[in-house]
Amino acid sequence: MQKTHDHKALWLVAPALLLVAFTAVIPLMTVVNYSVQDTFGNNQFFWVGAEWYREILQSDRFHAAFLRQIAFSATVLAIEIPLGLAIALSMPKKGISVSVCLVLMALPLLIPWNVVGTIWQIFARVDIGLLGYTLNGLGVDYNYTQNVGAAWATLIIMDVWHWTSLVVLLCYAGLVAIPPVYYQAARIDGASRWAVFRYIELPKMSRVLLIAVLLRFMDSFMIYTEPFVVTGGGPGNATTFLSVDLVKMAIGQFDLGPAAALSVIYFLIVILVSWAFYTIMTREDFEPSGGVR
Amino acid sequence: MLELKSITKHEREQAQVKDITLSLAPGKLHILLGPTLSGKTTLMRLMAGLDRPTSGEIVMNGQAMTGVPVRKRNVAMVYQQFVNYPSLSVFENIASPLRVRRVANREIKQKVEGAADVLGIKEFLHRRPSELSGGQQQRVALARALAKEASLVLLDEPLANLDYKLREELRTELPRIFKGNGAVIVYATSESAEAMLIGDSVTCLHEGRIASTGSARSLYDHPNSLVTAQIMSDPPLNTVRIKKKGAILEFDGDGRLHAGSHIETLADGPYEIGLRPHHLSIGAPASCGIDAVVATTEVTGSETIVHAEFMGMRWVSLLHGVHALNTGDRISLNPAPDKLFVFDETGALVVAPPGC
Amino acid sequence: MKLALLSSLLRAVEMAQIDLNNIAHSYLAAPSSEDDFALKKLNVSWQDGGAYALLGPSGCGKTTLLNIISGLLQPTQGAVLFDGADITTSPPEVRNIAQIFQFPVIYDTMTVYHNLAFPLQNRKVPKHEIDARVRRLADMLELSKYLPRKARDLSADEKQKISLGRGLVREDVTAILFDEPLTVIDPQLKWSLRSQLKRLHAEFNHTMIYVTHDQTEALTFADQIIVMSEGEVVQTASPQELFERPAHTFVGQFIGSPGMNVLPCALDGHHISLAGHTINVGCNVTLPSGAECIELGVRPEFVKVTDNNDALPVTVEAIEDAGRYRIARLRFRGLQLAAILPDGAPPPSETAGVLFDADNVHIYADGHLVGKRA
Repeated sequence: MQKTHDHKALWLVAPALLLVAFTAVIPLMTVVNYSVQDTFGNNQFFWVGAEWYREILQSDRFHAAFLRQIAFSATVLAIEIPLGLAIALSMPKKGISVSVCLVLMALPLLIPWNVVGTIWQIFARVDIGLLGYTLNGLGVDYNYTQNVGAAWATLIIMDVWHWTSLVVLLCYAGLVAIPPVYYQAARIDGASRWAVFRYIELPKMSRVLLIAVLLRFMDSFMIYTEPFVVTGGGPGNATTFLSVDLVKMAIGQFDLGPAAALSVIYFLIVILVSWAFYTIMTREDFEPSGGVR
Repeated sequence: MLELKSITKHEREQAQVKDITLSLAPGKLHILLGPTLSGKTTLMRLMAGLDRPTSGEIVMNGQAMTGVPVRKRNVAMVYQQFVNYPSLSVFENIASPLRVRRVANREIKQKVEGAADVLGIKEFLHRRPSELSGGQQQRVALARALAKEASLVLLDEPLANLDYKLREELRTELPRIFKGNGAVIVYATSESAEAMLIGDSVTCLHEGRIASTGSARSLYDHPNSLVTAQIMSDPPLNTVRIKKKGAILEFDGDGRLHAGSHIETLADGPYEIGLRPHHLSIGAPASCGIDAVVATTEVTGSETIVHAEFMGMRWVSLLHGVHALNTGDRISLNPAPDKLFVFDETGALVVAPPGC
Repeated sequence: MKLALLSSLLRAVEMAQIDLNNIAHSYLAAPSSEDDFALKKLNVSWQDGGAYALLGPSGCGKTTLLNIISGLLQPTQGAVLFDGADITTSPPEVRNIAQIFQFPVIYDTMTVYHNLAFPLQNRKVPKHEIDARVRRLADMLELSKYLPRKARDLSADEKQKISLGRGLVREDVTAILFDEPLTVIDPQLKWSLRSQLKRLHAEFNHTMIYVTHDQTEALTFADQIIVMSEGEVVQTASPQELFERPAHTFVGQFIGSPGMNVLPCALDGHHISLAGHTINVGCNVTLPSGAECIELGVRPEFVKVTDNNDALPVTVEAIEDAGRYRIARLRFRGLQLAAILPDGAPPPSETAGVLFDADNVHIYADGHLVGKRA
């Protein structure tokens, strides 16, 4: 057979493919398998078809968790993307201060999720936490174990604190890649600061922004560790997001069938929304100011 | 000997090439001449084996090469951009293809120094490429191609990013550099002057097809078509559609030209005329030529280029010496009757001026 | 006729003279020696509506100088005056300068129309006026059919036309600066764009300053050319003067293709001795005292290859064919020189003689032109 391109490269990819198959595809298929069956233990399974899916999709519990999840992701994106952009824009472009800023920015990213949760759980406590104690001392009625608003605010501030840096670093990489001649041309054209942002920086950053939005969406939509550690899904079910709910269902109640069905639905939602973001943001006539908030 | 047999390559992003048949002898400098997107780079990538043709065959010294991957071919390539390994010294840059082939150290030293000597960069061998000027960096890339002793050397507009004067300097050296190492050398350029000055044989490309092949001089004197004549002309050729009536050539707007003796014998009818700018002289108004109005003049110091307009047609004249002409001046354009190229309506050459 | 309309629109425009007084620039914070300066001290004065070129090899300081004029860079020393007013420290946006860069700078997400209108919109020009100007300019640059298209979808040379258009769209500019604007353009298209630029200059009467390393571009575009080398101005002159009387051997060699022959020689009264061979060029020169290196300069255009017995005997090493003319590479006792053979001249035999056109032989002392007396 004649070939110009070396297919030997495929062998280099093979181990990775195999690993992905074992760690992702096979477990996923197992989940799909569970989601269409019922069991009363003893390894006996009964075929139930789409019954679990119907039950999940009609349940108020799922609707509530889903809405909470959407609200959380939307809020987090709405804060982190503009904030990250703003910080990236105001960062220095040269000199030693660059590396100082970059290290400071990277710090929160280096802390493991559960540690972040623990830090904030303690930091926000009313009795011994610096934040909680101070706020209450100032007369603010703040208690994340009792107050729904306080619980949400704590989780959102925590996520913003933890992940805005990622957006900053991505945007900054996009910014420094813009050739200086564009800024020079804009100055000569008499462009305002806003016009420079709108017509040079934003278009040139649209690719990295897409990556930032996708990463932050997927991550925030699947958040588990932090709410589990800080609020445990409470007060009541106020911070019981889809992921938290899923674990309660699967491990707390051992309803394997419904939990599996929920997992598959969850998985499809994440893919669907990511695809939607991707399509909108890579559209030919995509106008950044209209598409991203 | 490198042979391309009816090579076709369909591309979406780059220029296409269509039905290219070409045979290139070793020890010679072959020019691929054509404007951007005429398919020069696409053809070079096919020769190198970086891409695979949609159809057709590539044969090197009687051996079919079409399916052989690049690293198994003995090919050297120099690009328009200065491509060197930034972290390696000039010496190691030139030596890198030899290191890959595990050539003995002593031999490497000898070959690298030999190549560096030919290109006049011997004193920079221990420096980094970033410490060199653009011209010197391109010399390093050329030295690497030379030291590799490849059987096929592809030079893709290697001088395009250099200063005018450096370009002139390297241009006169290039034929000498690669002559006698027995390789097939292919040089792509968009400038006809480069093709004229360095090429043994020239292939004009137009929209992915070969427009003509031959020695630079023969293509210049006897272009087989209007397209070739235009590619080989710098400044651009003057062209006009005419109707021949005996010894007079008529064109739109009551224009008349005298036919040279080489044209008079042709059958009467429509033709397209081509005239090089230096064969179009300028006289005082109301003499026997075409009455035109000066649009712009450009003075190069030794020559004057006059752009003149006649009935919406643009004529370019290249005159020796400095001539003071202002925009709006009325002049008479006098084409040299015995320097006219005549093409038929399909653009094929009917007759070239004699005595070239 | 479109041009006439547009130019009448521009008649009322005020014009300005640009002066650079003792400008010098160093990229180092504390320059200590002359060598630290990318641009050595220079004085230039540009008249209103002129076409000027800054010509020199890369690294000669021409782009530095251009950025000082546009305000993108502040000179270490000296002052920039527009119409007598010191604007050395003013930012580019208040200088009323347009600049066109080497590579096309376009706003990707905007349409071609919006790209052209942008500099006017930023300056709050009334809408109908913007529309009129953009459409006329697009017409002249043959961009009309692309106006509603996204700028990023066009080819490189069309993008560069947009950049040119953005520079030309404002009527109130003091000067338009070009930084090697034709680098990315195909040779055949260069001819038409260059003459288009020249025509626009004639119509708009803006002061235009064109920076390039390409002698053909500089000479054909400008009325006056400033030749630079290593941060210094070597000669300021018209194309004709640069060709006929290069003030420095650098100018002689840099301009012309091939450049001037520069040959070391000795001077003995009326006679010039070239590697032992005496030639009479019929001139009388007085050398400056202490001159160390005496050279003769003659352009290949003025070197005539003959069979004449009095001629300088040379061996012909190579003939290069440029189509319209041929270049003969010659050697005389270790000296290399070039001659241009006119179209139709018979090819010389291997050994030939050369004669220099006496009027166009120049004598240089330490690189600088020495005045001749008849």
